[in-house]
Amino acid sequence: MPRRTMIEAIRDAMDVSMGRDERVIVFGEDVGFFGGVFRCTQGLQAKYGKSRCFDTPISESGIVGSAIGMAAYGLKPCVEVQFADYVYPAYDQIVSEAARLRYRSNGDFTCPIVVRMPTGGGIFGGQTHSQSPEALFTHVSGLKVVVPSNPHDAKGLLIAAIEDPDPVIFLEPKRLYNGPFDGHHERPVTPWSKHELGEVADGHYTVPLGKAVIRRPGAAVTVLAYGTMVYVAQAAAEETGIDAEIIDLRTLLPLDLETIVDSVNRTGRCVIVHEATLTSGFGAELSALVQENCFYHLEAPVVRVAGWDTPYPHAQEWDYFPGPARLGRALVETMEA
Amino acid sequence: MADAGMLRFHVPEPEVRPGGTPDFSDVTIPKAGSVPRPEIDVDPRDIRDLAFSIIRVLNRAGEAVGPWAGLLSDDELLEGLRHMMTLRSFDARMQMAQRQGKTSFYMQHLGEEAVSCAFRKALAPGDMNFPTYRQAGLLIADGYPMVTMMNQIYSNEADPLKGRQLPIMYSSKEHGFFSISGNLATQYIQAVGWAMASAISNDSKIAAAWIGDGSTAESDFHSALVFASTYKAPVVLNVVNNQWAISTFQGIARGGSGTFAARGLGFGIPSLRVDGNDYLAVHAVAKWAAERARKNLGPTLVEYVTYRVGAHSSSDDPSAYRPKAESDAWPLGDPIVRLKNHLIQRGVWSDERHTQAEAEILETVIAAQREAERHGTLHAGGKPSTRDMFEGVYGEMPPHLRRQRQQAGV
Repeated sequence: MPRRTMIEAIRDAMDVSMGRDERVIVFGEDVGFFGGVFRCTQGLQAKYGKSRCFDTPISESGIVGSAIGMAAYGLKPCVEVQFADYVYPAYDQIVSEAARLRYRSNGDFTCPIVVRMPTGGGIFGGQTHSQSPEALFTHVSGLKVVVPSNPHDAKGLLIAAIEDPDPVIFLEPKRLYNGPFDGHHERPVTPWSKHELGEVADGHYTVPLGKAVIRRPGAAVTVLAYGTMVYVAQAAAEETGIDAEIIDLRTLLPLDLETIVDSVNRTGRCVIVHEATLTSGFGAELSALVQENCFYHLEAPVVRVAGWDTPYPHAQEWDYFPGPARLGRALVETMEA
Repeated sequence: MADAGMLRFHVPEPEVRPGGTPDFSDVTIPKAGSVPRPEIDVDPRDIRDLAFSIIRVLNRAGEAVGPWAGLLSDDELLEGLRHMMTLRSFDARMQMAQRQGKTSFYMQHLGEEAVSCAFRKALAPGDMNFPTYRQAGLLIADGYPMVTMMNQIYSNEADPLKGRQLPIMYSSKEHGFFSISGNLATQYIQAVGWAMASAISNDSKIAAAWIGDGSTAESDFHSALVFASTYKAPVVLNVVNNQWAISTFQGIARGGSGTFAARGLGFGIPSLRVDGNDYLAVHAVAKWAAERARKNLGPTLVEYVTYRVGAHSSSDDPSAYRPKAESDAWPLGDPIVRLKNHLIQRGVWSDERHTQAEAEILETVIAAQREAERHGTLHAGGKPSTRDMFEGVYGEMPPHLRRQRQQAGV
């Protein structure tokens, strides 16, 4: 099976979708001729023409707002916001418009759009290229929120998102674009070409939205993770020797609660990890759900490991980033609790 | 002389406030028929002056004059008059229904009926409007059933939107009427996107974007103009300047630009100002702009100069911020009276027939209201189910909503 980087897998997902359905169009800043600053759309304009893959003005509300109009017409836009940190000008269009169009018009108009954006830190991007704003979207009724953690899933989830009848926020952990980064920034990253999840089948396949997957089965404690944190969790489990069960959520909204509850009821312990800031982060929702659904199976308090409640710093990146050492300490404490 | 020293902060103020004498002497009204009608493929640079003038067709004597006249037959004009009268009558009844507690909220069009009613007749089937909350004439003039509008206003059991949306925030794809948001200006860039999609699909349909003078200050207005200009989108960009954004006079949003139409000039978009209370002028300019869009000539920005005679909404009281008699002093008159006078002048209408038509229309509106009220009003009779509240958030209901619906006991 061919191996692809996450960038190539994402590009392939758009390529396959555009080839199968002429309503699928792709646009955003630097997306057309150049192929995107991360090269996710490279070659699509040459292959499908300027009507189906094009550059836009620097206007995120314009990109998402026009995509909503196109979706109302009957197209299926898959747009790129260059960094998740830049999505805020489009927030009104996403929250008040895309998310509510089906509901408020009782299905008279719908909004099958995908808004792709690189998310997360680990690249010395400072506060404008490192944020993880997923909780701002999981709080919105009518959206779906996806965070893939590897090339295979990225392709299958993106195709599923493009084919979905509702708006999907597709957050791509940019630190995973070229390999499964586990937080050990001082070590070289294994390229996807040497990792089994870098195996990406040609042609069409989907990974269904709303389904989590167990990345590492274990009996001692459940770790709920997504994106880059899946590999941080794997490193933490190995380094502490704790038999953690690591769940890669893949889709945050709608959430695969069944897989979570089943696991926590078996392990009796739960640690939640995300890059985003702690307070009102998605971990708060996960923690509440675990408490509500697994209380009588819990043998220790549910613990959250997250980015500190500061803006994303530059020089202090590795003090901020919740790496394997921090998560490892939380695992040990949870086991001792 | 250079002003040295302390800086001074400038906040624009309207000419008069409550208690003062209405004054529109600063509104320059060109003579009807005096503004030229360019070819649709004119170089936008050659018609920049149209952004500072006002295209008018009906003169004080009720005659249709000048190069923008002559597009509509007597029958079409009579139909247009009927649409405007229907909208006014509909508004009056629904405003009253709101006061009677039959719904929570209402927004009327008083004084602005010509804008949406005449514009609708310049479009073709399949074209799509992205309206604000004050363009119900688009529906009335397209034959959308009044009773369905009322069902929506009452949020009753027959409400096509299942009680989920604020009154008057209609939606009808079939009638080329995009779901009204209620958030301001968001629809402007969506209209441009819809038009881009039509061009991408090599279709022949065009879009019409709608916005009020106040909301042009929103960034979505500007992104819409950038996208429309860049991609030459087949869209008519309408700005309804009714002088008031709730209590804020249009000078606050307009700033130093002179007119709202002038906003289009920097984008290279042909920009015209039109007498919004002149049914014939609105229709003629709309037709011109729609034809440009359909012939791949790109967007046109049209500013309709009109006046919001009524309150902003049923929750607003204009006497707190503008003179009571200001609407009487508005120099462009009343759109219904002006078209009525024109039709009388043409010999196809009379005061008697007008009075009779008013009575007939009122009867039709009351009949529709009775029918709608059989399906309930906001607080009485049939209403959408609690189950409807949970439906339609997604195409397929996700597990967490199913659980919540069970918790709600429905």
